[in-house]
Amino acid sequence: MDKKIDRQALVAFLNEKMDAQAEVFEDNTEGSIKVSRLKLGETMQELRENPQYKFDVLMNLSSVDYPENFTVIYHLFSIAHKHYLTVKVEITKENPCWVPSVSSVWKAAQVHEREVFDLMGILFNDHPDLRRILLPEDFAGHPLRKDFTQQAD
Amino acid sequence: MNDIRTQEMNLNFGPQHPSTHGVYRGVFTMEGEYITKCVNHIGYLHRGIEKLAESRTYTQFIPYNGRLDYVSGMLNEEAYVRTVEKLMGISDQVPERAEYIRVIMAELQRIASHLVFYSSMALDMAGFTPWTYGFRERDTILDLFEMAAGSRMMPNYMRFGGVAADLNEEFMPALRKLLDIMPKCMEEYHGILTGNEIFQARTKGVAPLSREKALNYGISGPSARASGIDYDLRRDEPYGIYDRFKFNVPVRQTGDTLDRYMVRMDEIAESVKILEQAYRELPEGPVLAKVPKIIKPPAGEVYNRIEHSKGHLGFHIVSDGTPKPYRLRICSPCFVNVAIFEEMAVGLHLQDAVVAFASLDIVLGEIDR
Repeated sequence: MDKKIDRQALVAFLNEKMDAQAEVFEDNTEGSIKVSRLKLGETMQELRENPQYKFDVLMNLSSVDYPENFTVIYHLFSIAHKHYLTVKVEITKENPCWVPSVSSVWKAAQVHEREVFDLMGILFNDHPDLRRILLPEDFAGHPLRKDFTQQAD
Repeated sequence: MNDIRTQEMNLNFGPQHPSTHGVYRGVFTMEGEYITKCVNHIGYLHRGIEKLAESRTYTQFIPYNGRLDYVSGMLNEEAYVRTVEKLMGISDQVPERAEYIRVIMAELQRIASHLVFYSSMALDMAGFTPWTYGFRERDTILDLFEMAAGSRMMPNYMRFGGVAADLNEEFMPALRKLLDIMPKCMEEYHGILTGNEIFQARTKGVAPLSREKALNYGISGPSARASGIDYDLRRDEPYGIYDRFKFNVPVRQTGDTLDRYMVRMDEIAESVKILEQAYRELPEGPVLAKVPKIIKPPAGEVYNRIEHSKGHLGFHIVSDGTPKPYRLRICSPCFVNVAIFEEMAVGLHLQDAVVAFASLDIVLGEIDR
């Protein structure tokens, strides 16, 4: 399943080319890279266009509410080279918390980003149409945050 | 068009319209007979399954999968169970017989799901007889599920490390009977619908989808293979024991409505091939590995996907070492596939938009989760 790419070389390349402040992220079972949010748009553009990597599919975009920060996770896949990459962006819990949108790189990100905004309350800068997608327009709160209390079951 | 003064009109398509396959609502801006703008409204069936998962144990979450894509419950469960097995590192402990049973169930479910697609697409073009034909064989498949799992539509049959129960003695003869009649049934389906002149005229060249656009929108599964993306997880990244079976992956080039239909019909024939081989090679043995009573995966995260009947169904699970998932994200194919309809519908007649929507094979339980 997993064709691993050389993450060390990739991180060095990204830091040299656009000062992405990327680093290899090791404390999980998958292996991923971490990118600073300021350079996210350019980094993703480079990952899609560079013939060596050519990540033309955004498989999944999800977000996790950790106690210390929010993490937005991008799962990329390349049809041409058949390899995978996981990219993470960590955001401090400020108000409002934002990341740059990647919907100009992959159109698939549009609905994913609307869902993350709807359920997790993370804003995406430069998104063409950031509205709630699953919940009603007048819903208060963001259900997937850990401080959103459920009904007792 | 220009010498007759027309007035723009907003048309609400759904959420209770029978041809929306559920509770999808599209707001069309109509210019006479043509659609100039379409806005998707989804979420009428949102039950908050991802939030519910955080208060359930890993085992308790298995039945919820049948409620996602409610015409292919077995495949949803397989995706979830394989992801948790990968997270625990016990993927290689699943017994041989259980793997074969999983393949049999998955392919039967794929056929059943494509038959629902065939029937409903025919019904959207006012063809009632093909609808009865498709549901006839689907009922036989659901009878098979009832023999194995005890329920027809939401089986709750997969378990971590295998399947819930062994097949009883009447299952294999019934499967043999189904495999014997399937080629004849395929001829009937094609004879009554595919060769029909009206059907050809309504689908050929309608709503084509280019390869680049399909990749950029993240379209997967049969809809993508109709646009020339030659990628199937069962062949290119075999999970389980799919590398032991010989089958072809149907691919077509233009990506119009007829191609999306034909790819799915060809996939039924390929699934029958896989079932024939699995029927011949099914070994004896246990169907459940020895896994702990309480599932506690090590802390970490995993993303894993399988070839679902609609596309690539992925699960992203974050575990913190407790018996409950810290975060569970379901990346469903229909949620991504329905997004392209906003662009696809522009410039079509209303009647063609209905057929193009049917050809995407949308199930709302999976979109809204």
